[in-house]
Formats: sequence, structure tokens, C-alpha cells
Amino acid sequence: MATVADVTVRTGRRSELGLLGLAVAVAVLARGLVDYHADFLELDELALYAAAWCGTALVIHLAIRRWAPFADPVLVPAVLALNGIGLAMIRRIDFAYANRGRDTDFGQVQEVWTLLGIVLALLVILLLRDYRLLRRFTYTAGVLGLIGLLLPLVPGLGKEINGAKIWISVLGRSLQPAEFAKIAFVVFFAGFLVTNRDTLALAGPKVLGMRFPRPRDMGPLALVWVAAMLVQIYERDLGTSLLLFGIFVAMLYVATERLSWVLVGLGMFGFGAVLAGTLFSHVQVRYTAWLHALDREVYSSGTSEQLVRGLFGMANGGLFGTGLGEGRPDLVPYAESDFIVASLGEELGLTGLMAILTLYVIIVQRAMRTAIGTRHGFGKLLAAGLGFAIALQVFIVVGGVTRVIPLTGLTTPFLAYGGSSMLANWMIIGLLLRLSDQARRPEEVAA
Amino acid sequence: MNEPVRRLSVVVLALFLTLMVAASYIQVIAAGDLNADARNVRTLYREYGTFRGPIVVDGQSVVWSKPVDDSFNYQRTYADGPLYAAATGYYSIVYGRTAIEQTENDLLSGTADSLFWTRLSNLVSGETQRGASVELTLDTEVQQAAASALGDNAGAVVALDPRTGEVLAMVTSPTYDPSTLAGHNSSVVNENYQALLAQEDGPLVNRAIAGDLYPPGSTFKLIVAAAALDSGYDADTELYAPDELDLPLSSNTLGNYGGESCSANERQTLADSLAMSCNTSFANLGMQLGWNVVARKAAQFGWGDQLSIPLAVTPSVLPDDPDEAQTAMSSIGQFDDRATPLQMAMVAAGIANDGVLMTPYLVDSVRDANLRLVEESEPTELSTPMTRADADELTDMMVQVVESGTGKAAQIAGVQVAGKTGTAETGTGERPHTWFVGFAPADDPVVAVAVLVENGGSMQGEVTGGKVAAPIARTVMEAAIAAEGGS
Repeated sequence: MATVADVTVRTGRRSELGLLGLAVAVAVLARGLVDYHADFLELDELALYAAAWCGTALVIHLAIRRWAPFADPVLVPAVLALNGIGLAMIRRIDFAYANRGRDTDFGQVQEVWTLLGIVLALLVILLLRDYRLLRRFTYTAGVLGLIGLLLPLVPGLGKEINGAKIWISVLGRSLQPAEFAKIAFVVFFAGFLVTNRDTLALAGPKVLGMRFPRPRDMGPLALVWVAAMLVQIYERDLGTSLLLFGIFVAMLYVATERLSWVLVGLGMFGFGAVLAGTLFSHVQVRYTAWLHALDREVYSSGTSEQLVRGLFGMANGGLFGTGLGEGRPDLVPYAESDFIVASLGEELGLTGLMAILTLYVIIVQRAMRTAIGTRHGFGKLLAAGLGFAIALQVFIVVGGVTRVIPLTGLTTPFLAYGGSSMLANWMIIGLLLRLSDQARRPEEVAA
Repeated sequence: MNEPVRRLSVVVLALFLTLMVAASYIQVIAAGDLNADARNVRTLYREYGTFRGPIVVDGQSVVWSKPVDDSFNYQRTYADGPLYAAATGYYSIVYGRTAIEQTENDLLSGTADSLFWTRLSNLVSGETQRGASVELTLDTEVQQAAASALGDNAGAVVALDPRTGEVLAMVTSPTYDPSTLAGHNSSVVNENYQALLAQEDGPLVNRAIAGDLYPPGSTFKLIVAAAALDSGYDADTELYAPDELDLPLSSNTLGNYGGESCSANERQTLADSLAMSCNTSFANLGMQLGWNVVARKAAQFGWGDQLSIPLAVTPSVLPDDPDEAQTAMSSIGQFDDRATPLQMAMVAAGIANDGVLMTPYLVDSVRDANLRLVEESEPTELSTPMTRADADELTDMMVQVVESGTGKAAQIAGVQVAGKTGTAETGTGERPHTWFVGFAPADDPVVAVAVLVENGGSMQGEVTGGKVAAPIARTVMEAAIAAEGGS
């Protein structure tokens, strides 16, 4: 009928193009400022960089138009803006290291990782035309996730960096398999929970006016708890442990709509964390370094030195920051990776840090919006789980640097130097693009 | 499942809000404490990385920051380092700052509140941050004259402009070269510093204002004389001046310097007693006046004051509630009387300036990097210890000291000099500390000076304030008068 013509669906692709332009402008300006303050500004080179960014943004835009035309238009621009800021900061830290006679090429390597990450995200929307396919691989994903989590414990393959054994060494490069395991687990949790949610939601005993789950249904939660504890104790990383467990509890809550699961989960994790702190000295050291970071003895023992130096850096930045290239982020160990947030806080100030955190909030809220718009339970769980994974990871890293929680070895998505994190998080964006494309696609077009 | 997803988004917002609060706390609320933390090398680097303003004496920079090609960007450079060390202090990456480098740090580094507009205009015009220059009140000629006259003797010289309180010279000996502590190689700086510390004569100590306090000896008689004039005595009042004074409640007696006799008939005028520095008469006078009266007069001249010029000055002290015998000893500047050379210069300055004591100060003015005047010191009155008439009378008595008394070595041809010598027993069996305080020209003073030479310095034989300190004071006063004439 003629009336059908009135049903036009806003894909948001034009808004996306505009936002992409903004993101590219942020990335190129940041790079220009860094080069300028390092007395390294060459306009030809900057123009080339700008052209590369424009080209990349355009390719992404066209690919999304072609393969995921209804995808969320805000996700990619927000991620690219973060990525651009991260690249500029890492380049700036390269310059700072060079000033002190340390030759590094973190910036260039990270550019390659960024490109690979983008390619990976585009491959996801090209190859995965329907996210529901993933549900078939629920248990495969579970096994893959477990392998990824345990790989660093394999002798000869695992590698300890900065106290945490969450790395493996492949072809001379360090990889954090947990970054990929994270995605596998979200897929596994989504598949598992969507199947078992009715059982898990069954009412159990009532304690203090709140209905708790039946003890016999505690199995999966207990299992994940044990895995998380093992990671914390044997891989010496509270971050991965908390991330894994947190994602599971959040998804469990979304699946069952029962707050009691969250309470039980938090209780178990809190108990486990305290227990680990009491029983294992290396865990205790980390807690002490967190709680008493500024104490003279703790600082001089070196356990809190990195954290405190990060705090000094952020304090130096103050409200408006020193300006890109004007601070001394290189005085903090791992300024380009674990502590990039402190570096950004120093040079961009509280203002810049707030803007960066807001970009994350936007990304996560778009994921949550996608979850609400998705029609199938599996998709809802997947989108919410992936979104929460990004949120929790940012919270764990930035919370560690700002002393909200103990410091961990996780990396800040899209900002920090590191290939695994970059690839894995772009993969998440690919999945979210696919999910949002299907969520926003009108029924008749989808049919 | 939509409701829990919405709630989860709220949780996410709460998580991020927590992060934002934590970041705000660190970057705004706790930032001051963190930036001031001694372990924060960043503050140090930033401070050293910016151009620090020069310290200026007589229009010439004596301390400045020279651009260098290392991680600190600037090297603090000291011209005539040892000469000005007492005033400038040092600026070290290892040991921090002292003296003017420390007290005026905010201005020199450019972070002072008063430089806010300068910073703002620099921000707008895109100029780099530069510290302000601090001009001292020191006079090159007077400072140099004082340093060379004191020579290698341990001691101190302070010269003030009695009309304003400006510090014209502040010399302490032995001294050190701040350059040796300002290097950027911390192990070398450390070595140099340890070497200075190891020296027994304490070159890092500013004897003029903050070293050990010294017994003022007979120079303290100026205070007793001022108190006496205040209590109705005059220059011609006859005092009891025996050869030996019995000290009450004690089997001891007090004699005069070298066992000399002050007067044949045990009577001597106040003026003559001061001129020949009679101990027995002044000890007796102190007891007659009562210690409270003497101590009050001393307090009016600055004893016990916590001065900062802006360098912190150790307050001079007096005994608290001495008995009669102790009062007698305290009245001739012994027992527990202690003073800094600056304090004694202030005594001279107060008398010189018709009884009005001006607050001593070392910083003349501060200019920002564009030479705009930021701060300028205004002379202020500290106190009025004497009436003009009493001050004139005491001046005449001090002129007599130099013309015919113990201070003849301070005479300057064609200029009337007022002064008082001091030879203070140290009580440790070592040779006495020798003093001279005075001012010139007596009728219209342009300089007030105090000279202290520890244990009489390198002079052989018997040492007195008149022999050792007076000639040094003369040289300093001559330089100041010449400089005054020239300017």
C-alpha cells in the first residue's frame, strides 16, 4: 500500500558521520599538540596522520552502512575519540622517555594495534550476520574462556609482569588472554543463563524479608567464585578476578531479576577477598599498599610507590591539567599502560579526565540501551554483559589508580598501551554494533 | 529483563560517579597536600624547570638562573657567592633552600599570589612563566668593606641604615660558596655539603642573625645607660665606681677590666663610666635601677622579638628574674645576657635615629619579569625606646667613647663617630668575644653598625673590643658614608 512509504527508519548514519568527524578532530588535534610541545611538529606528517584518521573513519562508516546499517551511531565515534586521545598520550610518553634516554615506540605499535582492532571489529560485523549464532557455541565459549584464563599458569608460557601472572608470551609478544576470555565468558554466561534463568529464579528460603535462591541452585555461582578466587591467588590479580565475578553476578541479576543473587555474590566475593588477604601475604601486601599508600614505611618499601607517584601526577594536573606535553607523566612507572589514566589526569586535568569518563559512560549506556531494545533474552544478556564488562573494567583500573579499590594489572580499554586489550575491546564494539543493528532494525526489514 | 538492565545502568552510573568523586578529591581537594609532599619530585622538577628570578644587589644580579642543557633546564648561578651567602642562602636540588632563596621562594619561582596578574598576562601573551627578581637592601661597597675588614676572623658584621632599617651589610665569617651546593649532580652536592658540615667553625651558620647568641659584654651598658637616662639620670650624674664591687649574697667581688681603677674617689659620672667602660659603676647602676627597668629597656630595643627580615632572626635573651649578684653581672652584659650582632646593631640604630628604632629589613623591592614593581618595602617603626633628648645625650656620651674612651680605633677623620666597645667573657676559659657597636656621623647618622669577632679573632696578645672590633667598624662606617655621599 502507499502508506508504507511513510515508515522511514532513522538509521543515524548521518549523525554518526558527523560525530566521527568530531572524534577525528579530537585525535588529530591531540596529536598536533603533543608534537608541538615536543618541538616535533611537522605539518606534512600531521596532515598524513589526519588523512589516515579520516580514511579509517570513512572505511568504518561505509562498512557499517553496508553490513550493519541500523547499528548504534554513537558507539564508534566515542570509541575513536578515546582511541585518539590514547594514541596521542602514548606518543607523548614516548617523547618523554626519549628525553630521558629511553628509546620506545609504544605510539607506533599502538597505532598498528588500533588498526588491527578496527579490522577485527569490522570482521565481526561482516562475518557474524546474526548474533544468535553465538548461542550455539555457549559451552565452546565457556571452555575457551577457561583455557584463556588458565593459560598464564602454564609453565613456560605464563609470564609475570609487575607482580601479576596474567600474561603469556607468544612470539616474543606479551598477551593478556584474560582480555579475550572475558568476551568468551560473557557469551557463555549469556547462553547458560538464558537457558537456566527460570530454575535460578526459583524462590528459596526467605531471610530478613528477602527471598534467597535455593541452595541447590548455587552451583554455577560457586563455580565462578572458585575460578575467581583461584585467579586472585595464583595469578595474583584481583582485577581479572573481580572483573570475571562481577560480570557473572551482573548477568545473573539481569537474567533472574533477583537482587538476592547480587547480595549473595557480593558477600561471597567480599568474604573471599578478606580470606585471601588474611591467608596470602602477597595479597595482603597489595591491600596494605592500597589502604596505607601514603604511609612512610609502606611507601619506602616500594609497594605503593607507583600508586603514590600516580597520585602526585594527578594532583599536579589539578583542575585543568598541565597541558599535553607540559607535565611529567614519565615519572610514574607504566605511564603508558596501567597508569595512562594518571598521565591523562596530569596533562588534561580533572576536566579532561571527566570528559574521558563521560565517553565511557556514553559507550556503556549505549550498550545498555541496546540490551533493552534487543528482542531476545540471549541478546539482552549479551549486550548488557558486554557493556557492563567495559564499565567494570574501567572502574577497576581507574578505581585502582584513584585508590577507590586496590591497584590491579588490568588495562584501560582503548586508552592504554597494549594489544590484547585493544583487540578484545574492539571486538566487543563489533559485537555491540551487530547487536544494536539487529535491535534497531525494523521487523519488516529484518524479516 | 528490561527492568534489571535499567537498574544495572544506574549501577554503572554510580560506579563512574564514584570514580569522578575520587578523581576530584585527588586533583582538587588533596592536590595541595600531594603537591607539597616531600616525596613528590614532580614539584621539584617543575620548580627547577622554570626560570627563577634573580637576586639583585645595587642593580646587579648576584644570583641568577642560567639556561643549561640538562633535565633541570636552569642552573642557579652565584656571583660573589661567599660574599652574599648569608643573605641569599643556597638553592639545592638535594638540600632545598635557605635564606632569601627560601623566604622569597614564591616570588622567585613566580608562584606568589602577588604575581597573579603577571601570570595571567603571560598566559594570554603566551610567554613562559618567569619568576620575579628580588632586590636586596644590601650595599655592595659596605658589604665588601665589612667582609674584607672581618677577613678570616670568625664573627659577624651587621650594618643598618638607622633612618629606615635597611640592612646595608650582613656578613658572617667563615662563609661558604652557594655555587658548590647548587649543582645538578647530587653526589657532588652531597659531598660538598657534608664537607661544609664537617668543618668545626660552621660556615653554614649565619652568625649575624641566627648563630649561637653571644654575651654582649660592655656594649650592653648602652641599654643600662638608656634605662638610667629614662629614670632621671643624666650624663653628669655621679655614680658609685669602686675598684672592687661587693656582690650581694655572694663572697665574690667584681672588678674592672685589667683590674684598673675607674676613679680615684670612687665617684664617676655616667658619661665617663661609659667612655672608659667602667664595670663596677654600671653593675651598681643596674642594681640601683632594678633588673625590671633594664630588661624593659632592652625589650624596647628588640630583645625577645621574633624578627624576620624576612630571614628568621633568633631572639636575643636576658636572664629571667636574676638575683642581686646576677643583676650586677647582667648589667655589664655578662651572666645570661645573650644577643645577636643584628640586635646590637639595632641598639646603635635606635639611639642614632633619635630614639626611634626602625624595623630592619633586607628586601628592598620585588619586580616581575617585565620589571613591573610588585612589592616595595616601606620603612616601619619597630618601637621608640628613647626620647629624642635622651638619645641625643646618649649619642654625646658615645661620641666621648670614641674620642677619648675605649673606642678610639673607630675614629674617622673629619667625621664624628659614636660607639661603644665590648669585651665579653665567654666563661669557657677561651679568649673573650670582642664587640663594637656604633654609628656615624654622630649628628646625622647614615649607618649603624655592630661588629663581633669571636674570641678576638687572629690578633695576637690581649684582645679587646677597642683593638679588634673597632677598626673593622670604622672601615664599614667609612664605606657607608662614602656610599651615602656618592648616591
